[in-house]
Amino acid sequence: MLDVARVRKDFPILERKLANGKPLVYLDNAATTQKPAQVLDAMDRYYRETNSNVHRSIHELGERATEMYVQAHEKVAAFIGARSMEEVVFTKNCTEALNLVAYSKGLRELKAGDEVVISQMEHHSNFVPWLEVCRITGATLRIVPLTSDGRFDLDAYQAVLSRKTKLVSVTAMSNVLGTFVPVSEVARRAHEVGAKVLIDGAQSVPHSRTDVQATGEDFMAFSAHKMLGPTGIGVLYGKKEELLAMEPFLFGGEMIGRVTNEGATWNDLPWKFEAGTPVIAEAVGLGAAVDYLTDVGMENLELHEHRLVEHAFQVLGKIPGVRIIGPGPGHRGGLVAVEMEGVHAHDLASILNDQGVAVRAGHHCAQPLMTVLGIASTARASFYLYTTPQEIDAFGAALEKAREVFRLGEGGPGDTPGRGFPRSSAGAHLEDAP
Amino acid sequence: MYREHILDHYKHPRNFGVLKDPTVDHEANNPLCGDAIRMTFLVDDMHKVKDVKFSGRGCAISQASASLLTTRIKGQPLEEIKKLERDDIVKMLGIPISPVRLKCALLSLAVLREGIEIYEKKFRSE
Repeated sequence: MLDVARVRKDFPILERKLANGKPLVYLDNAATTQKPAQVLDAMDRYYRETNSNVHRSIHELGERATEMYVQAHEKVAAFIGARSMEEVVFTKNCTEALNLVAYSKGLRELKAGDEVVISQMEHHSNFVPWLEVCRITGATLRIVPLTSDGRFDLDAYQAVLSRKTKLVSVTAMSNVLGTFVPVSEVARRAHEVGAKVLIDGAQSVPHSRTDVQATGEDFMAFSAHKMLGPTGIGVLYGKKEELLAMEPFLFGGEMIGRVTNEGATWNDLPWKFEAGTPVIAEAVGLGAAVDYLTDVGMENLELHEHRLVEHAFQVLGKIPGVRIIGPGPGHRGGLVAVEMEGVHAHDLASILNDQGVAVRAGHHCAQPLMTVLGIASTARASFYLYTTPQEIDAFGAALEKAREVFRLGEGGPGDTPGRGFPRSSAGAHLEDAP
Repeated sequence: MYREHILDHYKHPRNFGVLKDPTVDHEANNPLCGDAIRMTFLVDDMHKVKDVKFSGRGCAISQASASLLTTRIKGQPLEEIKKLERDDIVKMLGIPISPVRLKCALLSLAVLREGIEIYEKKFRSE
C-alpha cells in the first residue's frame, strides 16, 4: 500500500507556501514532477564526491563515475523490462528520443509509397517529427481517429494498416484525455504487416508498470523529469537488433570506434547513440528516481492513482457546468482535463492559481487533437504518488470559486463562451464521461 | 486579478458586434489558447475613428481588454491611436498581468494596429 503521508515527507517542495500564503496544491505532474530528497541527494553527492568524465578513464574518479553511469543504464533497463543496458540510450528528453528514431530511421529509410501511422491524440513531439519526415521523404502520414469517448479506435487502426506501413508511432497514454492505448495489441497488429512500433511512454512509464518484453514494441521513449528525476535526461529504449541496424543520430566523441582522416567506425551499444560528454549527474538522478519508484511499487502507484481518478470524477461531477474530456475512470490514467461552461481555461487556471492550485491550461501540445474535439483549451489537473484526495477536493473547491467569481448562473452574455464567432467547425465532440 | 471592471467588461462588453460597411475589417487570434478578436471600424475624412465594434471569443482578459480599448479609441484620430502601446493596455486593465496573460491582453491592440496598417496602405495607394 502506498503510504502517501510518508512519501510526502520525502518531497521538500510540497511543504512550501506560495506568495499569497496559500499552501501549494501541485496538480501539474503531467508537465513535470517534483523530486524526492533521495534524487536530489544522489545528484549532489555525485558532484561533491565523484564528478568526472566517463568512459575510458583510468583514474579512480573517472572509473567510479563510469560505473555509476553504466549502472544508471542497468537500473532503467530493469525498470522497463529491457533485456540489457545495451537497449537503453540516454537522450536529453522524450522529445529527443522520439526525434532520434525520426532522424536515424525515418529520414534514412522511408520513401514515397511508405506509410507512417500515428493517432489523433499524439503530443506534438510524436506528431510534428512525422509530419516533417513524411514531407521530406514523400512517405504518407496516416492518422488513426479516436472513438466517441476518446479512446484509440482499434478497428480504424486495423483498416489503416497495410504492407505499406513501415512505422507505427503512438502514445501509451494521452496527456490530454488520459486514455490508455492498448500497446500490446497495437504492436502485435503492426508486426503482422511488417511494421516497426515506437511508443511514446512519457505519461505511461512514470505512472504504471512497464514491461517491454510483454508489450513487444521495438522502441519506446520517455523522460526522467516526469518520473521524479531531473530535467535534461530522457530514454530511448530500442530492441538491440533495431539499434544495431540503425545509423547514429549525433556524431562526435564517445560514439566512435576508430577515426581516421577518411572515416569513422561506430562504438558498441548504447554508446553509438550517445555522442559527446553525456548527462552523467542526471543519469545518477534518474537511477535514484528508478530506485525510489521501485521501492514504492508501480502496482501500488497504479492503484493509488486510480482511486484519485475515481475521487476526481465524483468531486467534479457535482460541479455544474464542468465537463471532463476523455473516457471514464476505467480507461484512463491519473489526469483530468476539464472545460467549464462560461469560463475560459486561462481564466480558470488563474483563479485556481489564486487558490494555490497549480494546473495547466491550454492545448497541452496537442493542437490537432483539440481541433478535432472542437475545443480551444482546457484546464488539466494531473496526479502522482504524493497527491492526496484532499488536494483533489481543493481543486474542486477552486472550480466552485471560479463559478462564484464569474457569477455563473446569473445570466448575461458572458455566460456563453463562443459568442460572436461561429464555433470552430469539424470534429466529433466527445460525449460526456459517464 | 478579476476585479469588478474586468468582469463587467467581459460579461457586458462595450462596442460588441460588427459594423456594416466598415472602413476596416480585421481579425486575429492566438492559436495557443483560442482567443480571437475581430474589429470593424469606420474612419472619417479627418482620419478619426468615427465608430468601432469588436466581436470575439476568449478569456476574460482578452475580451475585457478589447472592450476597454474600443471605448478608448472611439472618436480619436488615428495618429493618437497609433501611439497606444503595451503599458497603456496594462494601465487600462488596472491589474498586475503575468507574461503569459499579457499575450491575452495585447491581442486586441495587435488587431487594431494591423487594421490601421491595412487602412493606411489602402489610402496611400488610392
